[in-house]
Amino acid sequence: MLSTLFSPRTVLLGLALAATSWCALAADVPATPSPEERIAALEAYVNNTDPGKALAGVPGPGHNGWMMTSTALVLFMTLPGLALFYGGLVRSKNVLSVLAQCLGIAGLVTLLWWAFGYSFVFGKSFTESGSFLGHFLGGSEFFFLKGVTSAPNTDYSYWVSQNVFAMYQMMFAIITPALIVGAIAERMKFSAILAFVTLWMIFIYFPLAHMVWGVTGSMNGVWNGDAAIRAIDFAGGTVVHMSSGWSALILCLILGPRLGFLKEKMAPHSMVLCMVGTGILWVGWYGFNAGSALAADGVAANAFMTTTVAAAVAAFVWPMLEWLTRGHPSILGFCSGAVAGLVVITPAAGFTDVSGAVLIGLLAGAVPYVACTKLKGWLKYDDALDTFGVHAVGGTMGALVTGFLATADVNSNLTGAYATKNGLAGLVTEGGLWIEQLKAMGLTIVMSVLGTIVIAYLIKATIGLRATPDVERQGLDLAEHGEEGYIY
Amino acid sequence: MKLVTAIIKPFKLEEVKDALAAIGVEGMTVTEVKGFGRQKGHTEIYRGSEYTVDFLPKVKLEIAVGDALVGQVVDAIVAAAKTGKIGDGKIFVSPVEDIIRIRTDERGDAAI
Repeated sequence: MLSTLFSPRTVLLGLALAATSWCALAADVPATPSPEERIAALEAYVNNTDPGKALAGVPGPGHNGWMMTSTALVLFMTLPGLALFYGGLVRSKNVLSVLAQCLGIAGLVTLLWWAFGYSFVFGKSFTESGSFLGHFLGGSEFFFLKGVTSAPNTDYSYWVSQNVFAMYQMMFAIITPALIVGAIAERMKFSAILAFVTLWMIFIYFPLAHMVWGVTGSMNGVWNGDAAIRAIDFAGGTVVHMSSGWSALILCLILGPRLGFLKEKMAPHSMVLCMVGTGILWVGWYGFNAGSALAADGVAANAFMTTTVAAAVAAFVWPMLEWLTRGHPSILGFCSGAVAGLVVITPAAGFTDVSGAVLIGLLAGAVPYVACTKLKGWLKYDDALDTFGVHAVGGTMGALVTGFLATADVNSNLTGAYATKNGLAGLVTEGGLWIEQLKAMGLTIVMSVLGTIVIAYLIKATIGLRATPDVERQGLDLAEHGEEGYIY
Repeated sequence: MKLVTAIIKPFKLEEVKDALAAIGVEGMTVTEVKGFGRQKGHTEIYRGSEYTVDFLPKVKLEIAVGDALVGQVVDAIVAAAKTGKIGDGKIFVSPVEDIIRIRTDERGDAAI
């Protein structure tokens, strides 16, 4: 009898019964979500809103899938998009140096982002502790990406894993300093570039990105109810294009022109590579702009359309102006127009409708065209690949026109709870947003210009900025990287 | 024996080669070269930067012919390479002391 009672089979059965009743008891304690709550959570997934308890901490597959795709697309913009776009525009003796700079920046910025960059931009412990640093930076809670897991950070998204969000934002942090490379191409030392980028990220990019996109950022009009400057910047007109473009101008002025500038032929060595890079940039920009909705939602869909239209219009207008004024529609004109259109639509992509996108395309095809072809000639600065003419001029114009073209019809966040609290909603519906945009633009220019002056002179005084004249004449590829781009 | 050296527009190479083959020329050496004559160079514009390109791409043909064929060869090249526009190129005819076919060690006209 006893032997039957304690037979292995009976024991297993008893354990199973006990486990079942324990599970039932345990589930009773934190109440099982009701069917209504579970349906509400799924509706929240579709609407990209708060799922409540039923699905808290769970990433949404669709939103996560789009954000992982977007992350890869934005990396693709730098490697190899920007690298080829810029690489084709330099002389063949310097093509590898441009590729090395883009690759080097990707690795360097990833390390900075992992160590403290992400935390500085998207943390909030400095504000919560009342630290003075909170005016410029986020916090220290995510140092070394501690606690950045697959669960969403609901300050930024209810449905996107925080590790995906962190990688997505990192790609922006990589491409921004890489844009500066265009202005200083063919003459700056590789070591000086790495040193400059390190300091520039810490003192300019991380603070700016925090102020514009951090949930406690002082220029984040859409998501911070207490924002001091109620500005809007969908995908980085101020943070990415203005900061890199204005810093690029200052750095190229301090660095000085290339040897032989305005005397020797410095024509692009491969318009084919340049065009390939442009196409990759354009495709990657869908991740940049439509991805900035941080969801696969209606805002992303609108941004996808405005990005396409603005880029296409500008890519057409620029070469048509060339045709009218100089007799040829050039490939570089098509490429420059496309990039300019993408730059100018960036801050507005998720805030304006398609009519606004057409207007932006027209402006983007014309104004940076004048900056690159006329302004540069008058002022004689050697912005080798026109980072200032395209990114600073285009980004500045984009930030301003976003103030006129933003409409809550395509993005209800513009009149959401935070925007209502800080007054942005009124500025969007009644007008006057452009004044807030001007404030954000002014702060961005001041930080970029002053920061770059200090950092550039610091590096000039220590390790030096420029390659030696011999190295510059021979080409940076062989001297700095020990390789040649083309072996015939 | 003569060496006919012709500098022509690159896109005319096929026509010139066919015209020479038609009159029995059995070999030639072709080189891509750069240069300028009265045509001078051209201007390239990249955004705001204008560059003058002095040397234009041309093709150089070198053909060794027997004295009897020189006139025909020159006429064939002129007819095939002419566009009537500036930059059509030039033909130089120079005497050749000897020709040696390496494989057989043949000399003179036999080596052409």
